[in-house]
Amino acid sequence: MQEVVLAMLAKEPSHGYELRSRLREALGPVGEAMNAGQIYVTLGRLEKAGLVASEREPGLADRPDRKVYALTPAGQQRLAGWLAEVSWPGPAPTEFHLKLVAAAAARLADPLGIIDAQRRELLRLLRDTQRAALDEPEDSTAGLLLEGVTLRLQADLRWLEACEQHWAGHKGTS
Amino acid sequence: MLVSHGLTKSFGKGEGLVRAVDEVDLEVRAAETVAVMGPSGCGKSTLLHLLGGLERPSSGEVVLAGSRLDQMSERALARLRRTAIGFVFQAFHLMDELTARENVELPALLAGRSPRAARRHASELLERVGLGDRAGFLPAALSGGQRQRVAVARALSNDPLVVLADEPTGNLDSAATRDVLRLFDSLHSAGQTLVIVTHDPRIAATADRLISMRDGAFVDDTRMSGGARGSLADLADL
Repeated sequence: MQEVVLAMLAKEPSHGYELRSRLREALGPVGEAMNAGQIYVTLGRLEKAGLVASEREPGLADRPDRKVYALTPAGQQRLAGWLAEVSWPGPAPTEFHLKLVAAAAARLADPLGIIDAQRRELLRLLRDTQRAALDEPEDSTAGLLLEGVTLRLQADLRWLEACEQHWAGHKGTS
Repeated sequence: MLVSHGLTKSFGKGEGLVRAVDEVDLEVRAAETVAVMGPSGCGKSTLLHLLGGLERPSSGEVVLAGSRLDQMSERALARLRRTAIGFVFQAFHLMDELTARENVELPALLAGRSPRAARRHASELLERVGLGDRAGFLPAALSGGQRQRVAVARALSNDPLVVLADEPTGNLDSAATRDVLRLFDSLHSAGQTLVIVTHDPRIAATADRLISMRDGAFVDDTRMSGGARGSLADLADL
């Protein structure tokens, strides 16, 4: 979250509410439930760490949100490091895999039942994401994020198919 | 609307007997979209053929709006297929030498509608699937997604009680899939009863109800109504 707030601030010094609307535009429906307080908490931490500096705008004393935030040189450096860093979120489904192995080995539960339950959940999520994606205009930036989510869900669902075939074939043998 | 009891289709004999569809009980309600998913060879296409009267069951019943399909004469069945059921296939199955509009009006003409009424209805349906400006094109001049949308318009030609679709997105790239998803979603919203067999989770996710099929039988039947536990907002966990 810290780097994300720094990145939203890189364009120009901004009020907290401006950062929030930039973030919501980039995220579309995914950002709708985002807590505004989170941005202010993060800004406070960044300021304490010397990565952003704030200035009070004169003449607007009665407005609660009157601070304008800007990146400090240290903040710019941190942001440059973040942009250059190669990272990819979303670990392999190791935990789920081990859940199936354990369920089958100890006969705690039917792996196929676990797979079915997981598939239902992923399909519901796929339905919600897809609906949101279809509602976005053709060239929407936020739609691109939703496309990424639906493609990942499809990959996960394909993997569940492979799990299903494997564990259906190993029924009662492990 | 569409019901089956103990529906079974077996192939082969003795040791080699395979039950492609094994005692399936199904009840599809009016305006419901049901997706049947499962690995290839699980019997889902055979099930769709049985439900649409394209194949005869080995045993069991299929009832569409009160009529027993499994007991009908070939002639009565052919008439019912033309007038009460719309089919959509993976490979589109359009007539290559007919234009989009001619393809769409053909079922109406075969059902005995006047040429003028058939033409008017075909034009409306092509508008509805977003191809009003392609009515005079031959299938060869249309993209895969457009051909499938023509096929959907054709399936709607006789205002069928139910549309049965077999892997409707199976031959399409992702942009074309999007168009077809939109179209199925709009049919669903308009109250069209739909049964889709597929292994594409994207089209399955448009359904109210999701059935998983393995070895000819249903192993899971879930209503998809209600939100996901993990919601879109959780994805914004930065």
